[in-house]
Amino acid sequence: MDAWWDDVFAAYALNIDDLWRRTICTAPSFPAGDHIRRKHRQRETNVTNEAKATKRGAPKEKFNFFQDQRVRSVLYQLLTAGIIGWMVWYLASNTAHNLSARGMNTGFGFWNVSAGFDTDFKLIDYTPGIGTYGRIFAIGVLNTLLVSFLAIIVSTILGFFIGVMRLSSNWLVAKVALAYVEIFRNVPLLIQIIFWYMGVFSVLPVVRNSLDLSFGSGWMTLNNRGLYISTPLPGDLFWLTPAALVLAIIGAVLFRRHARKVQNETGRQINTLLPSLAAIILLPLAVFLATGTPLAWDMPKLSGFNFVGGTSLPPAFLALLISLSIYHAAHITEAVRAGILSVSKGQSEAALSIGLSPGRVMSMVVIPQAMPAIVPPLISNWMNVVKNSSLAIAIGYADIVSLFMQTALNQAGYAVEMVGMTMGFYMVVSLTISFFLNIYNKRVQLVER
Amino acid sequence: MSNNPPKSQLASAASSEVMIAIKQMNKWYGQFHVLKDINLTVHKGERIVICGPSGSGKSTMIRCINALEEHQEGEIIVDGILLGKNLKNLDHIRTEVGMVFQNFNLFPHMTILENLTLGPIWVRKMNRVDAIDTAMTYLERVKIPEQAKKYPGQLSGGEQQRVAIARSLCMNPKIMLFDEPTSALDPEMIKEVLDVMVELANTGMTMVVVTHEMGFAKTVADQVIFMDEGDIVEQNEPTVFFDNPQHERTKLFLSQIL
Ligand SMILES: Nc1ncnc2c1ncn2[C@@H]1O[C@H](COP(=O)(O)OP(=O)(O)OP(=O)(O)O)[C@@H](O)[C@H]1O
Ligand SMILES: [Mg+2]
Repeated sequence: MDAWWDDVFAAYALNIDDLWRRTICTAPSFPAGDHIRRKHRQRETNVTNEAKATKRGAPKEKFNFFQDQRVRSVLYQLLTAGIIGWMVWYLASNTAHNLSARGMNTGFGFWNVSAGFDTDFKLIDYTPGIGTYGRIFAIGVLNTLLVSFLAIIVSTILGFFIGVMRLSSNWLVAKVALAYVEIFRNVPLLIQIIFWYMGVFSVLPVVRNSLDLSFGSGWMTLNNRGLYISTPLPGDLFWLTPAALVLAIIGAVLFRRHARKVQNETGRQINTLLPSLAAIILLPLAVFLATGTPLAWDMPKLSGFNFVGGTSLPPAFLALLISLSIYHAAHITEAVRAGILSVSKGQSEAALSIGLSPGRVMSMVVIPQAMPAIVPPLISNWMNVVKNSSLAIAIGYADIVSLFMQTALNQAGYAVEMVGMTMGFYMVVSLTISFFLNIYNKRVQLVER
Repeated sequence: MSNNPPKSQLASAASSEVMIAIKQMNKWYGQFHVLKDINLTVHKGERIVICGPSGSGKSTMIRCINALEEHQEGEIIVDGILLGKNLKNLDHIRTEVGMVFQNFNLFPHMTILENLTLGPIWVRKMNRVDAIDTAMTYLERVKIPEQAKKYPGQLSGGEQQRVAIARSLCMNPKIMLFDEPTSALDPEMIKEVLDVMVELANTGMTMVVVTHEMGFAKTVADQVIFMDEGDIVEQNEPTVFFDNPQHERTKLFLSQIL
């Protein structure tokens, strides 16, 4: 008799072939010429013809329970599920037994217990000795989300910018972009994080000799304890300024719609960009000045050996943000470049030949076709930013891993629960991101046809 | 007539007005000399067919006419405008010169109608209603008005190429360039595209066509050009060109493809 894995392999091979036939061959849009699609159709016809031939030619099979393809594949699936289930049960019961044998804590009782340690970076109020471990968890989550969110924004903008640079016809520009990619993509992220932390932020001047980054106004200063920024203190009528901004944006949207309507009816093109920008900048500014500049600043002031007041960002935060942004920008650059290159040169040539300007060729013909190729790797990079932010532990930024899964765990025990919660957090974030990716992919498929 | 193109030569629509003048044009790809001392004059309404072996520079030459390729020496004057570094001239020439490619190059993310109205709306600054009117007129001329709402991927190759021709015509160009428009098509679709091109020739359009469809050349061309290794080897009226070729290389080439 054949080895059992032959059957398993055959079952998978069948499924893969089936999958190929159902997805690839019938994929609705092959961008290339008709001949390619015809080749695929040909293949499909061959397959169905073969199937027909066997149906007609072969004598009727006798049903044999253990030889049947479907029965076997169900059996193997049951077997696999059983083994996994047993392993999970074994691990769980074993761990529970060992933990109780060593007298270690289990359960989620720690959530409301106050924690005794402090952290240098938090977005919500917390006092050591009063604040609970639940609060510590929240601080860690928020710190991870903050640094990831900022790094995602910076790396995406930087990545698109350098990706377009990579394709520049200017030799120097293209080579600078290439050097950027090759350097930052090929050095391990951990080393880059430590470089920025130890090699840049730790060797900055001491507090007394702080660097002023705001032309001597004291609004923003940098030293080896971090970056100190003034905090705005809005006055009475300050809310009118953001209100004016919102109004200006609504106005710009309506103006754009009007311009589109005029174009549809008369063909006249109105430049909306400049007037809109002017309104969005000038209207809030005018309101701000008219209401008597109702905004004060809480300036960081040197007091003893440190700055007080304002907002401070510790070196670990800065090092992590910068290295994550730079490293992932290098990867996004490649996604952008590959996406643009995936659009055939004939597309931009055809667009140029009907007289479209190079900018319009990019925005109306190339980018829309490149996006479906750019977005999936882009979003997978976003997930990697979140996951890689856990390297914060190397430099002690108070993210969920170093604050909750390390410090809190060391203080309180509850290893299984705390590690589990941390893993659960990363999974929730990643699944949320991929949920949106799936929505996008569905929409793109519908539009592309 | 479209069903049965006459064997005899179409009446020539050529006038004395020069639409394209190429003088002593040279082009290199790096060290490789692709086009050597090209001289060519195309009059208004004239129909030129270019043939020659693969790699002889046919595509490169006609792509120089609407500046999809840069030339390094000599001059190209299209519709009285010198092609050079001036971007404004370049834009203008591209609106006056339509081009049809071997593999159609329709925009797959837009419907047929959107493909056709893109240029008129954004370049000719036409209003949407007029642009759609124009698009439908040309779709009718290429005999597929019922496909307007579909996407390119849903059309046959022959239909896609006819849409591509209509897309160029929507810009109301003075010159049409064709680069092997039927080479990617099945035999049964070649005819429907050639029919459209013969009809276009009938309207007096100035056309430069790279093709190996010698039947088309005999029916439509005022001049046939044979290129080899970046040279224009021979240029003549179709009757002389086919019945009495002057050069050995032309004879050899014709014996291979006829
Ligand atoms: N971008 C390029 N870089 C370098 N060489 C090129 C480039 N494009 C074309 N060539 C070369 O220039 C020569 C002429 O090419 P061209 O495409 O004009 O030939 P063709 O006559 O149109 O051939 P075909 O009948 O195969 O289309 C060929 O030898 C080709 O290899
Ligand atoms: Mg060619």
